[in-house]
Amino acid sequence: MMNKLILGRYLPGDSLIHRLDPRAKLIASFYFIGIIFLANNFVSYAMLGIFTLCCLLLSKIDFGFFLRGVRPLIWLILFTVALQIFFTGGGEVYWKWGVFQLTEFGIQNGIFIFCRFVLIIFMSTLLTLTTPPLALSDAIEYLLRPLKPLKVPVHEISLMLSIALRFVPTLMDETEKIMNAQRARGVDFGEGNLVQKMKAVIPLLIPLFVSSFNRADDLATAMEARGYQGGDGRTKYRVLHWSTKDTIVIVTFAVLTAVLMYIRN
Amino acid sequence: MKPIIELENLTFRYQKNDERPALEDVSLKVYPGEWIAIIGHNGSGKSTLAKTINGLLAPESGKVQVGEYQLTEEHLWSIRRMVGMVFQNPDNQFVGATVEDDVAFGLENQGIPREEMVIRVQEALKQVRMNEFATREPARLSGGQKQRVAIAGVVALRPDIIILDEATSMLDPEGRAEVIATIKKIKEENNLTVLSITHDIDEAANANRILVMRQGKLIDEGTPEKIFSAGPKLIELGLDLPFPERLKYSLQKRGIQVPEEYLTEEGMVEWLWTSGLNK
Repeated sequence: MMNKLILGRYLPGDSLIHRLDPRAKLIASFYFIGIIFLANNFVSYAMLGIFTLCCLLLSKIDFGFFLRGVRPLIWLILFTVALQIFFTGGGEVYWKWGVFQLTEFGIQNGIFIFCRFVLIIFMSTLLTLTTPPLALSDAIEYLLRPLKPLKVPVHEISLMLSIALRFVPTLMDETEKIMNAQRARGVDFGEGNLVQKMKAVIPLLIPLFVSSFNRADDLATAMEARGYQGGDGRTKYRVLHWSTKDTIVIVTFAVLTAVLMYIRN
Repeated sequence: MKPIIELENLTFRYQKNDERPALEDVSLKVYPGEWIAIIGHNGSGKSTLAKTINGLLAPESGKVQVGEYQLTEEHLWSIRRMVGMVFQNPDNQFVGATVEDDVAFGLENQGIPREEMVIRVQEALKQVRMNEFATREPARLSGGQKQRVAIAGVVALRPDIIILDEATSMLDPEGRAEVIATIKKIKEENNLTVLSITHDIDEAANANRILVMRQGKLIDEGTPEKIFSAGPKLIELGLDLPFPERLKYSLQKRGIQVPEEYLTEEGMVEWLWTSGLNK
């Protein structure tokens, strides 16, 4: 079931986008989500669309992956678009039935919302497909650093994040093992009505929780034995390198914003 | 020679009102460069003993001395720098997201500058022959490989003592042999003291000295030859016999006269092929 899920997966590669600093990519993706709300006419959306397409092409990743990223959210998008189309008034009215109406503005808004959704998903999929989760957690730690004086436990958050990421495959393996072990004893997963289905999850969930506690205990002991005393006085093995191409990315986004401000209504 | 680990009348209870302490009046001296194996039944207090040495557990009474430090709050971290530990479960002690991150974890904790870290990580990985796997994730390694990474993580810290807390008990025979060979090599190269807690008889046979524990007490100690010559009594202690011993007892059952003393595999072969001549 996990193979279908594109969101949050990483595809190793060696394109320009892959080689960018994760901080630059993270900032750019969030920034893009911000400026997409500036677009309010066809020209501005077309420009953003072309820009996104260029980014996707630069990553050298098969376009199908991005489309698959949209797929799990397609019903949510269509639902929102439908609401927009049928409930927005204004402009020329084409069709009316009770509270429902089909208007010029409605259709226009629907298209805009659709573009907005798809572009945001494309960009965030681009971020996760080209950045290893570990690099992302490093970037998050770095970008959270200014919050340290505000008593935000930045080191602890990033440690938890990286341990969580490291244990995802381990726990997935274990889930699979427990499921098969319980199946061998006659538990039927995903059969019967809702109550039966929920009951069948218990023999999976409880052992998984218990083993997670044991793992946490072992891990904490091992960390302590290796001299872990908290974030103070630690050095870091992995370092991020900000290069000229990362600055260029930020500049490109600034230019994009300026152009967007100019062509929007 | 001054002992590197000295335990004096150590007693430890997990819960205050436990009737039987997990460790009872344990005294022990370990000298630099020794390979010590601690063997015993499940629940005989072997792991508890290991954990009290580097202060993961605080003893109820008694004294722990490691090198020049006595185990107290203020020397705790100095002792942990001297003692590296490898635990049983290869998955649960892997902190880093990749092999090199995991080896670097201990170095990061000590605040070692990055330039030196890079060198030491490389060195340590080379010593356990895992340098080709530096950027691999733990999910893509075998159990034995993960344990070798754990050893590299300890070696990179350059400790004086390595404690193996049943480090090979979750591995297949191949991984086990691999890990023991690695430890042997590293011990020779760096002149380390090794304390291995084990059920594995081959691992114990490698030791200079074997300590036998039962119900929280040290009940016997001696060279492998001496301990293994106890024969079937070892099985009562939750231990296997080494293969030559087992062979000896099978022969004995068939009425064949065998030498009393403990024989290694080579010794057994030697005796077998010469025994016919004596008849």
